[in-house]
Amino acid sequence: MAEKLLEIRNLKQHFNVGKANEVKAVDGISFDIYKGETLGLVGESGCGKSTTGRSIIRLYDATDGEVLYEGENVHGKKSKKDLKKFNRKMQMIFQDPYASLNQRMKVMDIIAEGIDIHGLAKNSKEREQMVFDLLETVGLNKEHANRYPHEFSGGQRQRLGIARALAVDPDFIIADEPISALDVSIQAQVVNLLKDLQKEKGLTYLFIAHDLSMVKYISDRIAVMYFGKMVELAPAEDLYNNPMHPYTQSLLSAIPLPDPNYERNRVRKSYDPASHNYTEGEDVRMREITPGHFVDCSEREFEALKAGSLKV
Amino acid sequence: MEKILQVKDLELSFNTFGGEVKAIRGVNFDLYKGETLAIVGESGSGKSVTTKSIMRLLPESSAEFKNGEILFGGRDLTKLSDKEMQKIRGKDISMIFQDPMTSLNPTMPIGRQITEPLLKHQKISKTEARKVAIDLLRLVGMPKPELRMKQYPHQFSGGQRQRIVIAISLACNPQILIADEPTTALDVTIQAQILELMKDLQKKIDTSIIFITHDLGVVANVADRVAVMYGGKIVEIGTVDEIFYNPQHPYTWGLLSSMPSLDTEDAKLYAIPGTPPDLLDPPKGDAFALRSEYAMKIDMEMDPPFFKISDTHMAATWLLHPDAPQVEPPLSVIERMKKFPGSRYYEGSAN
Repeated sequence: MAEKLLEIRNLKQHFNVGKANEVKAVDGISFDIYKGETLGLVGESGCGKSTTGRSIIRLYDATDGEVLYEGENVHGKKSKKDLKKFNRKMQMIFQDPYASLNQRMKVMDIIAEGIDIHGLAKNSKEREQMVFDLLETVGLNKEHANRYPHEFSGGQRQRLGIARALAVDPDFIIADEPISALDVSIQAQVVNLLKDLQKEKGLTYLFIAHDLSMVKYISDRIAVMYFGKMVELAPAEDLYNNPMHPYTQSLLSAIPLPDPNYERNRVRKSYDPASHNYTEGEDVRMREITPGHFVDCSEREFEALKAGSLKV
Repeated sequence: MEKILQVKDLELSFNTFGGEVKAIRGVNFDLYKGETLAIVGESGSGKSVTTKSIMRLLPESSAEFKNGEILFGGRDLTKLSDKEMQKIRGKDISMIFQDPMTSLNPTMPIGRQITEPLLKHQKISKTEARKVAIDLLRLVGMPKPELRMKQYPHQFSGGQRQRIVIAISLACNPQILIADEPTTALDVTIQAQILELMKDLQKKIDTSIIFITHDLGVVANVADRVAVMYGGKIVEIGTVDEIFYNPQHPYTWGLLSSMPSLDTEDAKLYAIPGTPPDLLDPPKGDAFALRSEYAMKIDMEMDPPFFKISDTHMAATWLLHPDAPQVEPPLSVIERMKKFPGSRYYEGSAN
């Protein structure tokens, strides 16, 4: 497989540490992201998928663990200069295109903010040209540069969010539910745009979402999270055709598909964490069952899965 | 089948500073007893406005009925006074809203919120109402209902809150239940539970449901019939099988092919180009024509009437006119049509 771009090692993100209401939003997850791939991250709300994304890009300071970007830790003490360097390589697209753009700034200044911070344009003429080019890249045009965010529709705003992320020429983009707030017909436009940009610029995506059919469509590999832990990680196709962890199975069986015949026969499985019957102190961790297909399981379940006689 | 609600030639506008927004431009449909009618369409298509006008929940200061009637129990709901409407709301017709976080009163224990419609619409004592409320909570699958009656909305999860909203809406055994995106704010696993619950309850109390959503997967799951709305009009209506396996309107084609199914290949996703029409100044002719690759000259001139495909299936597109050229729908739609007896792509039964 390709080069590793990011290595996430035992990442933990706890809130209210030491207090009664301590929340272990992300509780020790490890995975790699390869150059040029799209890794989908799915799970229910509250499972820690957004927190994972935010910890990776250092919007939160991780409680424990490491995020290695091309071998260098993102977290820990950093000079302003080093931080800036990271910020240029990693960008984020947010869920809500209404809340994530400053209402009082013109599109020109919103998109050029990163360009200004990193000093990427020599003069105002060049700055302007860069913004025009970015607008064109995301399917808008230069007339839009002098407008304010409220003059745009939801889909157009998400395009602005993408243009802003692209402004500093990043390698890695975290897209946190970028299409959840959009209409079906517009979702397809944005997803196609993201795919085209990836091909053109060789971008790497971490695509966080709860819409599983869209995630499967855009992702090369998919990771499933449940209560702060990763329970399964596999190539997209593999995960859908052969889900091994019972939570993944239950999640997949819950997706309604636009096919009435399928819907009439769909049987929903429910997941009970107690069904594992783990004994005290049993070593439960991610284990590789088939090449590239990791499942959170105990030694016992691992053997059974390998033998293929039992689903976890 | 018995018609329980008839919406006829409904036209409704909002008067705004920018001018008159023609939100609903001639909507017709019937609702039969015990069925689930799904209304799909993107934001701004008028699906929520249609149902809110049935409930008369639109602001009287700006919303204005221009034409048409909504017949329920022999009465025209558009003509009723506020007082008369209050007797219907929550009793004969009730509504489940999208966001269970905001549709419950955060300062009132849920028990009181469930007994509220009972005490208002039925002549029963508080103790009796309490009993009914506990039964309702049990019916919607809430564990330990007696204890939970005293709790406040913030003490419940999103799925539980939606169950409470459903309990409230069912309190008076309504004849019609309007569900406006009831599961959009919920996770897929919780969504599946709520949909199962609604279908179960529908069987038990034989209510008719109008289900608004933009999720076609959910539609395929719950609906008996489907109405597709675009630009303030219904553009296609039919049984769930007719809409999913034999769609006729280019907009329905676009909707169906812009959703990846779980076995969509790596091919490019079909995206409907452009944006929905501005209803301040609705386009002449077919509102979808500007975004449709199938548009013909006449689409720019004249609004298409409904063409009948079967007794239950109608679509408003000039493509169905006998003089129109025959066009090929998108590939993914042809795949669907292969499964439908009566469509021109039918390939015989799979079994």
